[in-house]
Amino acid sequence: MIIDARQYTNEDLNNTVRQCASQVQIDNCLGQRFIGAGLSGKKITVNGTPGNALGAYLNGADIVVNGNAQDAVGDTMNEGCIFIHGNTGDAAGYAMRGGKIYVEGNAGYRAGIHMKAYKQKLPVMIIGGRCGSFLGEYLAGGIIVVLGMNTDGKKIVGNFPCTGMHGGKVYLRTTDNSIDFPSQVNTHKATKEDMQEIIPYLEEFCKVFGKNPDELLKEGFTVVSPNTANPYKQMYVTN
Amino acid sequence: MQLEGQIRIPSGCAIAAVISKEGKKMSGKSIVDSMVPMHERSNGLGGGFAGYGIYPEYKDFYAFHFFFDNRSVQKDTEQYLKESYEIVKSQPIPVRKIPAIVDEPIVYRYFLAPLKSSVANAQLDEREFVARTVMHININIKGAYVVSSGKNMGVFKAVGFPEDVGKFYRLDEYEGYSWTAHGRYPTNTPGWWGGAHPFALLDYTIVHNGEISSYDANRRFIEMYGYKCTLQTDTEVITYISDYLLRKQGLTLDELASVIAAPFWSTIAKKSPEERAKLTYLRTVYSGLLVTGPFSIVLGFEGGLMALNDRLKLRSMVVAEKDDKVYVASEEASIRVMCPDVKDVYAPEGGEPVIVKVEEGKY
Repeated sequence: MIIDARQYTNEDLNNTVRQCASQVQIDNCLGQRFIGAGLSGKKITVNGTPGNALGAYLNGADIVVNGNAQDAVGDTMNEGCIFIHGNTGDAAGYAMRGGKIYVEGNAGYRAGIHMKAYKQKLPVMIIGGRCGSFLGEYLAGGIIVVLGMNTDGKKIVGNFPCTGMHGGKVYLRTTDNSIDFPSQVNTHKATKEDMQEIIPYLEEFCKVFGKNPDELLKEGFTVVSPNTANPYKQMYVTN
Repeated sequence: MQLEGQIRIPSGCAIAAVISKEGKKMSGKSIVDSMVPMHERSNGLGGGFAGYGIYPEYKDFYAFHFFFDNRSVQKDTEQYLKESYEIVKSQPIPVRKIPAIVDEPIVYRYFLAPLKSSVANAQLDEREFVARTVMHININIKGAYVVSSGKNMGVFKAVGFPEDVGKFYRLDEYEGYSWTAHGRYPTNTPGWWGGAHPFALLDYTIVHNGEISSYDANRRFIEMYGYKCTLQTDTEVITYISDYLLRKQGLTLDELASVIAAPFWSTIAKKSPEERAKLTYLRTVYSGLLVTGPFSIVLGFEGGLMALNDRLKLRSMVVAEKDDKVYVASEEASIRVMCPDVKDVYAPEGGEPVIVKVEEGKY
C-alpha cells in the first residue's frame, strides 16, 4: 500500500500503517512522529523526512528511510531493522535492546545512549559518517560502529565519547589517538577476533548502501570497551 | 487566573527562523506554516513570532508593541510616553478573530520618536533611554507590557498554538527579511500572553526551547545592571543578557555565545593559548551569565540572527542554507516546509553559534 502522508496527522498515519498489509510505502513524509512504533511483521518504506521517535519500541518490523531522520530513532527498540539513507538526529537508538540501526550518513549527539544487551539480544548500530558528542553515553551493551566516511575533515566523533560506558563495544574506523576517552574505558586496536564480530554486519551495511567492504576494511579500527579495573560503579557506590 | 510564578506546571517547545542574507522580503506565511509539523512540541499555551523589516514606512521610529489589561492602563501609559516621546502613530495591531485565540488583552502599537530634550536631560544615549522606558513600564505600570520596542521590527505573540497565533495576527500580510518563531510548551509556569516568546528589548528578540537551570543566578547578575525580570519566564533573562553583553559591553556575537554557552574547562584547556586566554577571561568575568540547562535559542536583531545550542546540546536544532536564505528549526521537517528541496541540513555542535548577517545596506 502507498500512503501520501501529506493528508495525515501523526495519529492517522500510524493508525493507517498499522492496518496495512505487510508492505507499506509512505510518500511525502514531513515530520510525522512515531512511525512504525511497536510494530512487527511489516516492511515500511519512508520517502521524505520522518518525525521524531521513528520506530520507537520497534518489535521486528523493517523500516527504510529515503531521506534524513530526526531525533530518537529506534527509541527502546526490541527487534527489527531501521536503515536510513541519509543522516539521523540526536539520541539515535536511545536505550535500544535489540535489532539494527544502519545510518548511511552522520548521526547527531548521544548516538546509542544507554543501549543494552541480554542473552540473545544484541543491538547493533552502524553509522557511516561521523557522530556528535557523547557517542555511546552510558552504554550498557550491544555494538556501535562508526565508519567515518565523508567526515568533511571533522573528527569521527565529537567530545566526551563513551562517557559512563559500562558494557558493550564501540568500534571507530580510525587510528586517531587524539580522541579523549574517560579513564573508565579502555581502547585498543581491533584484533581479528574483534573484527570477526562485526564483519557480517559491515557486509550487510555495504550491501544496503552500495559500499565496498574491502575499501572499508583497509583502515584500522579502534575498539572501546569498559575498563573493568576502573569501573564506573566505583564512582557511585562502594559495593 | 493564576499567573506565572503563582503556580508550577511540571511538564518542550519548538523554534524556527528564516533570514534572507540579501535582505529580500518574505511574507510571514512561510514561517507560520513551518510550525505545523512541530505542532506536538507545543501545547497551545503560547506561540509567537518576530518579524524584521516589517515597518519600512516607519523605520526611523521605535515600534512599541503593547499588551494592556484595560483602557485605563493604556491611557496612563500613553500619558507617560507623551512626557518624553512624540507618538508618531498609534493604532490597534490588526487581528483576525478566530475561535482558537481568545481572551486577548488590548493589543496596540505605537511608533515613537524620543524627544531630543528628554534624551539630553537624561544624559543617556538614545537606545539606553528607550530601554529604560521599557523597563519602567514593565516594572511600574501594572497591566501594561511592552512586547517589543525596536525599529522596523515587531513581536507578535499570544496564548495559542503558533499556527493559530500567526493567523490571528495576520502575519501573511507582513513582509520581512527575517522571521523567528516559537511554539510553547510551558514547563514550570502557566501560559499567559506576556509569557509567550519571543522576548524582546530594543531590536533584540529571543525564542527559546529549553529550561534554564541557572535562571536565578543569571537574574541576580543582570538585575545589578538596571534590568528587571518582570515576566517570570526564564527566557526573558537571555534577552537582557544579550542586550547587556552586545549593546552595553560591546561583545561580539561569538563572544556572547562563549559567555552563555561557555565551553567546559576541560575543553578550554585543549585550545590554542590565545583562544584559551580569551575563553578563560570571558568565563571568569561573566561567570554569572553562564546559562546552564538545556536550550536552543535564536537571537534576532536588526540585520541578522544567531542560533545557538547549550554546550551539551540537550535540545535539537538544525540549520540549512539555500540561495540567499538560511533556515533554522528544532526539526528538519519544519525547514522542509519553508524550502522542500533544501540540501545539506546540518546540526551545529553544542555551543557553536550560527551567525547570519544581512549584507550591509540591504535592510
